[in-house]
Amino acid sequence: MSRFLDQIFVLAKQRLLSQLTDAPDWVGQTVSSLLNISALLVVFLSLFALISVLERKILARIQNRIGPNRVGPFGLLQPAADGIKMLIKEDIVPLRADKVMHFLAPILMAATAILALGVIPYGRNMTPFAIDGGILFFFAIGSTTELSVFMAGWGSNNKFSMLGAMRAIAQMISYELPLIITVLPVVMVAGSLRPDAIVAAQGGYSLGIVPRWFVFTPWGAAAFILFFISGLVESNRTPFDVPEGESEIVAGHMTEYSGFKYATFFLAEYFGMFAISGLAVTLFLGGWHAPLPILEFVPSYAWFFAKLSVLLFVFIWIRGTLPRTRVDQVMSFAWKFMLPMAFACLLAAAVWHYEGRAFAGWLWSLGVIALVYFALSRILETGRKFAPRTYRFAE
Amino acid sequence: MNSVAFVVIAILTLAAALAAASLQKLIHAALCFAAAFVGVAAFYFLLGAEFVGLVQVFVYVGAVAVLIVFTILLTRRDAERERGFHWSGALIALAIFAGLLWAIVRTSGLSVAAPWIAPLTVRQIGEALMTDYVWPLQCLGLVLTAALIGALVLVMEEKG
Repeated sequence: MSRFLDQIFVLAKQRLLSQLTDAPDWVGQTVSSLLNISALLVVFLSLFALISVLERKILARIQNRIGPNRVGPFGLLQPAADGIKMLIKEDIVPLRADKVMHFLAPILMAATAILALGVIPYGRNMTPFAIDGGILFFFAIGSTTELSVFMAGWGSNNKFSMLGAMRAIAQMISYELPLIITVLPVVMVAGSLRPDAIVAAQGGYSLGIVPRWFVFTPWGAAAFILFFISGLVESNRTPFDVPEGESEIVAGHMTEYSGFKYATFFLAEYFGMFAISGLAVTLFLGGWHAPLPILEFVPSYAWFFAKLSVLLFVFIWIRGTLPRTRVDQVMSFAWKFMLPMAFACLLAAAVWHYEGRAFAGWLWSLGVIALVYFALSRILETGRKFAPRTYRFAE
Repeated sequence: MNSVAFVVIAILTLAAALAAASLQKLIHAALCFAAAFVGVAAFYFLLGAEFVGLVQVFVYVGAVAVLIVFTILLTRRDAERERGFHWSGALIALAIFAGLLWAIVRTSGLSVAAPWIAPLTVRQIGEALMTDYVWPLQCLGLVLTAALIGALVLVMEEKG
C-alpha cells in the first residue's frame, strides 16, 4: 500500500501514456515532457500562491500582528485577490525606456527560474528531467539570471534601476563562487553530477538510526550553511536584499515595473527561492529519503516537500528577524569569509573520504573546518577597525 | 525529429547572429550575441554532447555575455555617431569566409551520415581530464590563476 502511494504519480503518468502506444515515438516523448512540465507548473504555482500568503502571515506573527485575514477563510484566498489586482493594474512603461528589453526582462527571469526547477528529484523516480549533468544545468541556467537583471536595469532607463541592477549583478557574481564551490564536495563524494545519484548516495542509516545525509558530516554541515547563505543572496532575500533596498534605491531593478510585470518578477524571485531550497534539500538533506527507518512508509515526495517547507520557513524567519546588511559588508563577507570557508569544506570532504568515511574521518574533517574557521576569524578580526566611514563617491 | 530540430535551431541561431552583427544599438547586439551562444549550446545538446552544451551556456552566456555587456556599459555611448561601412572589415570577413570554405571543401572525411556514438557521460570526461590530459589541465589552471592575480594587481595599483 505504501509502495503504491509512493509511486502513485508515476503510475498515473504511465497509465496516461499507455493510451498512446499506437502513436509514433515522438508524440509519446512530447506528451511525456508536457505532462512533466504541467505537473511542475501546477505544483509550484500553487506553492507560490500558498507561500505568498503564508509569508505575510508568518511575518505578521513575528511582528505581533495578525496578518491578512479578510479574503476567504484565514485569508487563504488572498493570493487570488492579489492576482486579480495585479492583472487589472495599469502597465506603465517609461517613455524613454528600451521597450523590448523592458518587456523581455521579467519573462526571461521567470523562464530561467522555472527551468532550474526541472532537474530536482521530487521523489522516488520523480525527476522531471533526469539529465546526466543536472547540477551543472542548474547553475548554467542560474547564471543567465544576471543577464535578465541587467536587461531590467538597463531597459528601464532609470538611475535607480541601473544602480540596483549593478548591485544585484555584483552580488550574484560574488556569491555564485561560494555557492558552486560548496556543491563540489557533495559532487566529489557522490561521484556524480546527477541529482538522482546524489540522493541515492545519501540513502541508508549509519548505526541503524542516523540517516546518511551529508548535513550530518562536519564538511556537509559547514557546506550546507554556506550554501544556504549564498542561496539567500542569490534569491535577493533579506538580509541580503541590497539590490532592492527601498530606503536607498526605491526598488532597484524593479523600480519602473508595475502591474503584472512586477508580479512576474515577484514570481521569479519565489521560484528561485524554491529552486535553491530544493537543491539544498537534494544535496545536503538527503532529498526524498525519510529521516528514520520506521518512517519509510510515508511517500517520498511528502518528505521532500516537508524538508522544502522547513527551509522556506527559515527563509521567512530570517526575513522577519534580521535587518538589511550594508553593500560593502555583503561583498567583503563573500570574498574574505565565504570563499575560503568553501575551499575548506572541499578539503575537509577529501580528508573525510580518505579516512574511510567513518568516525575517525568525521573527527579529522571537523578538525580541518574548525582550524580554518578559527584562523579566518583571527585574521579578519585584526583587520577590523571602527574608524568613521569615508565616502569616495557620495560627497 | 532531429532534422526538424536542427533546422529550427539553425534558423534561430543564424538570425540571432545576424542581428548581433547588424543591430544599431550595441547593447541589443550584445544580447543577441548571447542568444546565438544559447543556439550553439542547443546544437551541442542535439549532438549528444550534453556537458559541452552546459559549459557553453555557463561560460558564454553566464560569464562572457555579462562581461561584454559590462564593457559596453563602461565605455562611452556614441550611438548618435554615424557608423560608416568599413571596406577593410568587409575584406577581412570575406577572406576568413573564403579560407573556411576552402578548408571545408578540401576536407574529404566529411561523410553526411555520421556513425552514431554513445553520448559521453560527465564521468568519462572527468576521468580523461584527470588521467590523459592532466598536464594541459594544470597548465590552463596556472594560466587562469595568473590572469586572475594579474587583474587584481591592476585594480589594486589604482588605489595606492
